[in-house]
Amino acid sequence: MTDGMPFLLLDARDNVLVVTRRIKAGERLNIDGEAVVAEQDFPLAHKLARKPIAPGETIVKYGAPIGVATAAIPCGAHVHVHNMKSAYTPTYTLDAEKGDAA
Amino acid sequence: MMQGFLRSDGRKGIRNVVAVGYLVECAHHVAREIALPMRDDDVHVIGFPGCYPNEYAQRMMEQLCTHPNVGAVLLVSLGCESFNKYGLERAVRASGRPVKTLTIQATGGTRASIAEGRAWVAEHRAALDVMPTVPMDVSELVIGTVCGGSDGTSGITGNPAAGRAFDRLIAAGAACIFEETGELIGCEHIMASRAINPALGEVIEASVAKAARYYATLGYGSFAAGNADGGLSTIEEKSMGAYAKSGSSPISGLIKPGDVPPKGGLYLLDVVPDGDVRFGFPNINDNAEIAELIACGAHAVYFVTGRGSVVGSAISPVIKICANPETYRRMADDMDVDAGRILEGRATLDQVGQEIFDLTIGLGQGQRTRSEDLGHQEFILTYKSFEPLGPACLPR
Repeated sequence: MTDGMPFLLLDARDNVLVVTRRIKAGERLNIDGEAVVAEQDFPLAHKLARKPIAPGETIVKYGAPIGVATAAIPCGAHVHVHNMKSAYTPTYTLDAEKGDAA
Repeated sequence: MMQGFLRSDGRKGIRNVVAVGYLVECAHHVAREIALPMRDDDVHVIGFPGCYPNEYAQRMMEQLCTHPNVGAVLLVSLGCESFNKYGLERAVRASGRPVKTLTIQATGGTRASIAEGRAWVAEHRAALDVMPTVPMDVSELVIGTVCGGSDGTSGITGNPAAGRAFDRLIAAGAACIFEETGELIGCEHIMASRAINPALGEVIEASVAKAARYYATLGYGSFAAGNADGGLSTIEEKSMGAYAKSGSSPISGLIKPGDVPPKGGLYLLDVVPDGDVRFGFPNINDNAEIAELIACGAHAVYFVTGRGSVVGSAISPVIKICANPETYRRMADDMDVDAGRILEGRATLDQVGQEIFDLTIGLGQGQRTRSEDLGHQEFILTYKSFEPLGPACLPR
């Protein structure tokens, strides 16, 4: 069902898709038959929502729980540290320190 | 067929390294200078920087100095440190290897110690260079795996491809070791169900619970900022990707650093110290894990990277498997295997798994890895403490 699309479904139970080539903002995507426009650039191997995800809902990848949504995530949106968290230990990033550095 | 160097304990090495081991940081410079002119001739520096004694470090050094890839050992002591150099020298001598302890304070300082050390190493390097080899079977191999600089591609390409190579090795009778229980948090139940008996499954679950407790106390998971840049959002997500390195074989046992697998099969290496949190982070970087895998007898280590690591190791070759096709195009010179092809539809998991397996055999036929050719010989050893293995860890 992801044929020709720049993402991969790793397990039928997953509610996220994995980006297999860079996606540009504005690119038209077909997610399980639903037409979605990419809201931003997606780097390789980042995740996008396969369906709308509610706050508190478990994020499932590889058919296994990988964390919990901290906000409402629409279908096709970027799923990452800004809208999900670990059920174990918090994730450490340098995002706030980076400024314009890549 | 591979060719190996036969040691007195029956194990065989795929390398014939002269190890120069410093026994406190104060002896590190002298050790490094001794090895420097011969660093391209399999003379590797290992050592322990601490001045306080530590049973774990003592055992690690003993296991590394009597590793099948090591043919001779020069120990470099300052003279006043607490490391038990006598016990280490005895253990190496008992293994049949040439060994000498050079004590800088007795030898007369830096210059005299470097001169004497170089002469000893050169003599034994020449002797090892004419040592005959014997045929070596795949079933005699011990292979470890680690991942570092992981990103969202690691768990889709490189790690499962390494897992396929593990499955092939284990089917041929080899012993394979995966590790870093702190990066298996979230996988404990799936992993326990692969144990060869329920008691081992409980031990595996307990080891991951210990890791989760340890990291919670320290306030950080085994998760670096670059992991998030690469699309990984949580430790559980990183864990699921890392777990794929273990392949699909049953888990035969749980071991701790320095324990050599008793027979072929798949083993989980528990790297998180036992007891109260005492000496800081379990493994302060990837090379700390690689050193522990080698201390368990690993002839070679698979290192899967997405962001792009460049490291190798002292003692055993490191095969670098690049999971991310963009990283591979930037850093191909550092990589042995281009697993990112899987993501772009240019190869299958089975093909890359086979390539990793073939390269492993090649290492026993004279092939060298990229990191060996580039002179990488990283090594680090820090303080830890472990209790001995319980009876459920290695079912018969």
